[in-house]
Amino acid sequence: MTNMAEDLKAEAPFLGTRITEAAEDRRRTDRKRSPREQKKRTANVIIYGVLVVLVVALMVPFIWMLSSSLKENNQVLTVPIQWIPSEFVWSNYTDIWTRIPMMGYLQNSLYLAVVITCLQVLTGSLAAYGFSKVRFPGRDVLFLCYIGTIAVPWQAYMVPQYIMMQQLGLTNSFNALILLQAFGAFGVFLMRQYYMTIPDELCEAARIDGLSEYGIWARVILPLSKPALASLALLTFVNTWNDYMGPFIYLTSNRLWTVQLGLRSFVGQFDAEYAMIMTGSVISVIPILIIFLIGQRYFIQGIATSGMKG
Amino acid sequence: MTTETITQVPAPVHSRGNRKQARRNTLIGWTFILPNFLGFLAFTLIPVVAAFALSFMEWTSFSAPKWVGLANFQRMFASDSFWIALRNTVVYALGHVPLTMALALILAMLLNRKLKGIGFFRVAIFFPYITSLVAVAVVWNMLFSPDSGPINQFLHSIGIANAPGWTSSSDWALPAVIITSVWRDMGYYMVLYLAGLQAIPTELYEAAEVDGASAWQRFWNVTIPSLRPTTFFVVVMLTVSSFKVFDLIVVMTGGGPGRSTTVLSQLIYQEGIGEGKFGYSSAISLVLFIIVLTVTVLQFKIQQRRER
Repeated sequence: MTNMAEDLKAEAPFLGTRITEAAEDRRRTDRKRSPREQKKRTANVIIYGVLVVLVVALMVPFIWMLSSSLKENNQVLTVPIQWIPSEFVWSNYTDIWTRIPMMGYLQNSLYLAVVITCLQVLTGSLAAYGFSKVRFPGRDVLFLCYIGTIAVPWQAYMVPQYIMMQQLGLTNSFNALILLQAFGAFGVFLMRQYYMTIPDELCEAARIDGLSEYGIWARVILPLSKPALASLALLTFVNTWNDYMGPFIYLTSNRLWTVQLGLRSFVGQFDAEYAMIMTGSVISVIPILIIFLIGQRYFIQGIATSGMKG
Repeated sequence: MTTETITQVPAPVHSRGNRKQARRNTLIGWTFILPNFLGFLAFTLIPVVAAFALSFMEWTSFSAPKWVGLANFQRMFASDSFWIALRNTVVYALGHVPLTMALALILAMLLNRKLKGIGFFRVAIFFPYITSLVAVAVVWNMLFSPDSGPINQFLHSIGIANAPGWTSSSDWALPAVIITSVWRDMGYYMVLYLAGLQAIPTELYEAAEVDGASAWQRFWNVTIPSLRPTTFFVVVMLTVSSFKVFDLIVVMTGGGPGRSTTVLSQLIYQEGIGEGKFGYSSAISLVLFIIVLTVTVLQFKIQQRRER
């Protein structure tokens, strides 16, 4: 992986073009249209056409999910396909809360995601400061250990983790998941890469001004690293919310289940309730959609630059 | 990211760089690292080391650990399930890696232009990647319904009489999983390619155009070589993630029908956590780790040679 400093600054592929687009647009309307531009316009129309068709095709699963969630069960898998429900069954969205303990699942997911995200961001940024701005013997070897474990597939050590949790009597509790996921090496790595881009002179100046190292971290580095903190927080939140294997391995009682587990078990139990299953799926996706739309920029930056999956 | 070299931070210049200062720094450094390190040590580092050790031990939930040397590996290499899982994992990787890469690149090239509202298209294509896996698996399972699922209806409509049974057929379950995973992941790799494309200087294209290069030649002689670092990264990431495939399989097919979609990660889970064969499952883990490591190192070497 190249230096993230450059990457973070380099491109926010999703937003970067917007400003230049607007400027170019204005210029275009100011001038009279030359034949060449006319040609370009037709080309653009074609490209828009291609893009719209493409995106609609790729969005079919979502469109189908949404449409099915508003149908009766026997209307979901019909021949021919009904893209728009003949009758909108809004009651699916009110019935699901009593059909399965959806509210409880959502609360569990939210609790886990919030606690893990807070711990990960806090301990990650602290450790990253230690790894990037304080010099002491053994530091780089220690950091190599962190990086080394990122290369090891999580599946390769899930069994020892499980044995440990069993010995500690923590299986079937949120604490197991919190302990396993809140101290990930990934957060430290992401934050450190960002801190490396902050000039040491800033810290030095703060030191001369009499700030302690903790003061520098809290009052100089943290405010400067808001974009990276946002990236890490969003990535961690979404990863935890979407996590299936962790809860699947550790949470056995229904009252502890997350949205993902609840939804999966609903599918297993009532596999013919197509419409309700789709309703549950829509509900499980909505929080992620909202968060994604709000934090889009940080999201893409974090994901594109760290190149890491959860 | 695993290959990154640790750049030295210049030592803070202290007026009195004495030993006391060094000790103070060590103390301060550790207090910063400690909260994370304790959790990391206990729940990542120790389990990683333990996984290595365990693979040479016989340990089940009913017996005490005992050193058995290579016995676990012998048993593994003689086991049908292991070879089936390995084969399925490799087939999955062979489908998932090239398809995702090609589609991601095509999408990135289509979307790498300054058009109004292009951001919307990019976001839409990226979104499947962060959609919860269960929702993705559930929707695709229904889309793949053999009888009246939308996909087979479409296939019927274009004249394919005996459309595949997808997840209910042992021949087509793996392709179904691959299609789903390609759809889910391509937006992510598109973002990586998009960043790569935007880093190519436009002068290169202009020069090629002046030289009379056709669009295809420009693609082949400018775009592809300039994207080499991105492609390298994408291939490594894709291959590693393919060998780690786990949750999608568990949710979509559960490894079935029969053992037709069982993969290595799932086998580790079944043997280790499901049946409590801690030692044996760790031997499979070690194989998974070695595969992932080999792939990474190999691709890194190839990349280095090309650059020379």
